[in-house]
This record gives sequence, structure tokens and C-alpha cells, in this order.
Amino acid sequence: MAAKKKVKTKKVVVPKLVEDAPLYIPEPEYLPVRKRGKPTFTGYRRENGRVGVRNHVVILPLDDLSNAACEAVANNIKGTLAIPHPYGRLQFGEDLELHFRTLIGTGTNANVAAVIVIGIESSWTQRVVDGIAKSGKPVAGYAIEQNGDHKVIWAASRQAKEFLHWASEKQREVCSVDELWVSVKCGESDTTSGLASNPTVGNFIDKMDAWGATTCFGETSEITGAEMVCQTRGKTKAAGEKFMKTWQAYMDEVIEPFKTSDLSDSQPTKGNIEGGLTTIEEKAFGNLEKIGKKTKYVDVLEPAVEPSKGKGLYFMDTSSAAAECVTLQAAAGFVVHLFPTGQGNVVGNPIEPVIKLTANPRTVRTMREHIDFDCSGILRREMNFDQAGDGLIDITMRTCNGRLTAAEGLGQRQFVLTKLYRSA
Amino acid sequence: MPKAPHFLVHEVEDTVGVVVVEDATSGRNLEGWLMAKDSTLKLKSKSDIPLGHKIALGNIKKGDTITKYGHDIGKAIANIPKGGHVHVHNVKTKRW
Repeated sequence: MAAKKKVKTKKVVVPKLVEDAPLYIPEPEYLPVRKRGKPTFTGYRRENGRVGVRNHVVILPLDDLSNAACEAVANNIKGTLAIPHPYGRLQFGEDLELHFRTLIGTGTNANVAAVIVIGIESSWTQRVVDGIAKSGKPVAGYAIEQNGDHKVIWAASRQAKEFLHWASEKQREVCSVDELWVSVKCGESDTTSGLASNPTVGNFIDKMDAWGATTCFGETSEITGAEMVCQTRGKTKAAGEKFMKTWQAYMDEVIEPFKTSDLSDSQPTKGNIEGGLTTIEEKAFGNLEKIGKKTKYVDVLEPAVEPSKGKGLYFMDTSSAAAECVTLQAAAGFVVHLFPTGQGNVVGNPIEPVIKLTANPRTVRTMREHIDFDCSGILRREMNFDQAGDGLIDITMRTCNGRLTAAEGLGQRQFVLTKLYRSA
Repeated sequence: MPKAPHFLVHEVEDTVGVVVVEDATSGRNLEGWLMAKDSTLKLKSKSDIPLGHKIALGNIKKGDTITKYGHDIGKAIANIPKGGHVHVHNVKTKRW
């Protein structure tokens, strides 16, 4: 018989008042991450060679009408994940293409092991199934018309259970960081964002770029004020010109026809000004700190389009609304997201883990449950950007290895599709 | 470890820093951290500067460009003394 191992015990007291309860944080037990030098992580290698860091069986509605059936299936088969959303009917043209691209991209993302698609009718459902099947992963689709919710829920649940068994036997394997796809976007920014948390992400991007990772930034509107400098950050003249064209199109097609007053009244916002930001340029340059000091973008992507020009940094034409941007980046294949925040945005995504960092000590204090990485030490000169960047690499690798993020723990799963114009 | 700074400066060419303490009151001797060079700057504040707001690192003349993150973020619309509060009352974008 094996000898009983002596365990270290801890006296735990049940407090009278819960606000006095101490927070019990067990010693972290994680695979050591090399803070210096190229790190590795453990991920799921998919049929198409891409590497994921999560292993979801997704129940994906084609349209708003199929949300209830998807949620019923996910309730029947524990461990599967329904991702409801409000669109998918009477869309047309470019807007419909983006809808399909986002759904197919979400199903194709390497964080997803297998997918069940449910739609109101069979032909658009088939289109999404066919698109996801190109990745080589298991996918099945069901249509509600002439079947009804009950029969569809029965058939889809039966299939989802088989996918779940299959997916749950998938093993992680050691992967190189040059196989990792990381997206970035900031939100609820304040002066601490431009001062410290965005440059921390920038330090991360400079290091990851040198190691061959694939990375992505977006937020077309928020770059206004720094667009000329952003153009110069293109790796080629063509990439820079493509960015400028994309930005100009946004100004001409969205801002010009829909604006009700000069942007000078809303950028920077009243809250930004209160916090110390003076001009739109200052705000934009603070945002652009996220792409580091030397990294240049390889290409400019349409929303939800997968990068195709090799490893490196990409700019994607996205909204600056947090959930819309992350949803598009996840649909393009990015598997882990860095989200610097000032005042405390709480966004998450159903399939792409979102790592929150902040340099605002008050946000760390008041919104602790949302923050994965605290870099407020920069403001006190306790850490520099190099150290903060290394710390962010460490928490990112731990997240890739399986550590759940604050947003995952809190069930923050905003799946927000970008809509280009109203439906027919 | 160096003591906690009162203001931070990103780049060597920047003409402003950002106050990171709540008590940068007028007439105080402040210490800043120039992050690009990891060096220390000393400055006396000329007015009360709230946390997150900018301080002039030198005398800025009306019409001068304000540089932060190493980039042009606007122009002074009034003279700003060294150690003065730099914000919407004395700086505007060149855009509109």
C-alpha cells in the first residue's frame, strides 16, 4: 500500500460578514513559462493544421428564429455551447456575405472542435454547414421549417452528444508560439490606457511579432487622428495605402452621411476630456500604442476575413465597439484576445478567451473580478514596459494552456454580429 | 527601486508629461519618469494639475506643436509656462 502523502492544510474560517471574507487564492500550479525567449504552449491541433486553445462544441444558430432550439440543445447536452444572436433574416448583398462569413469563420475557428448549425430553412443552413466543413472538422445542420423545434432539438441533441464525446477525448499538444493567433482591442479607455496598458500590449506585440505569431488590431474609427502615422506602419507601401483607403471609405460612407455634428464635439468624448485627453490625435496615438514601437502590418483585412499573407500583424476594418470587434477577429481565426481597459470594460466572447489588463489602480480595486493582469505598477515605476510585456506573455501562455479568463468565469459571452445596413 | 513618480513622459522628444498622482498642486516640486530612457526629470508645477492631465515640460509658446508619444497631438493656443497645466483651454487639434 502506498504511504499516505502528508498534505499542507490551511485553516479556513467562515466569516460573520461576507465583506470581511478574505480572498483565498491558491498557489498557481501551471506549466512554467519561459519569460525570456520564445515560449511554447499546449493547444489543440485541428484537422486543417490550425491550433486552438479551447475545445468547444458549438451550437450555432443561422438566425434569430433558431436561438431557442440551439439553447435547448445546449441545455440537453452539458458541455456544449449555444451562441445566440439577433440576425440572419432578409439580409442581402455585402451585409449578407458578412453574416455568412462571420458564422462560418466562428465555426471554423480552431477553438471549436465541432459544430451543430440550426437554421429556420435548409438552404442557408446548408451554406453555413458547407463553409465550416471545409475546415475538415465535424459539422451537422438542421432546419426547423416543416420539422418544428421538438424534432430538431431531438436530432441535434443526439448528434451533439456524439460530438461532445469525440471532442472531450481530444488532447492538447505542445505548440510553438508562431502557431498562435492573437487579437487586440482596447475599451473604456482612459489616460492610463495610453500611458501604460496599451504600451504593455505593444511590448507584447513587438516580442510576439519577432517570434512569428499572427496578430490583429482593428478599430477603424478610433485611429482617426493618427491615420497618417498608421499608414506608415504598413510593411509595404501597398499595405499602407490599403489602410488609408479603408479609413477614408469609413469616413465617407459612415461618418459623412450619418453625422449630426462635427466630430470635434464627440472625439475625444466628454469623459475622455475629464480624464485629461485633450485632442483626437492624443486619443488615437494612445490607442495605436497597442501595436508596439516597431511592428508593421502585413495587410489590411475586410471584417471577419482570415489573414492569408503569412505570419505577422494585420489591420482589420472593424467597429470600435468591443464585442463587435472581438466577434469579427474571432471569426477570422484569432484564438486569444488581449483587451486593455481603463475604466473597466467587461466584454468577453463565447469562443475566444478575452484577457483583460488595466493600469488603473482604482479599476483593479473596484473591478477586481474582471481583471486578469494588473499593470498599474508602471504608474508607480515598479515595473517598466519590458517587464509588463513579459508578465502579459506569461498570463497569455497560461490562458492558452487552459487557465480560464475572468470573462470566461463570469460568463461574459457577447457574440455580436456586425450589420452593415438595415435588412430588406 | 526608484520612488513612485508624480508624472510620466513617454518619449525623449515629448513636450508634455502626464500627472499620475492626485496631489500635483501648484508650486510642488515634482519628479517625472522618462520611460524611453528610464531616467528621472524634475519640475515645479505652476498650477494644480489633476491626475491623468498633462504638464508642460518646458515653456511652450502660442502656436507651438505639442508632442506626446513622439507625435504631433495639436498646437498651443496660448503661452504655457514650464510646469503649467496643458489641456483644452490652451491646446487645440490642428484638424478643425
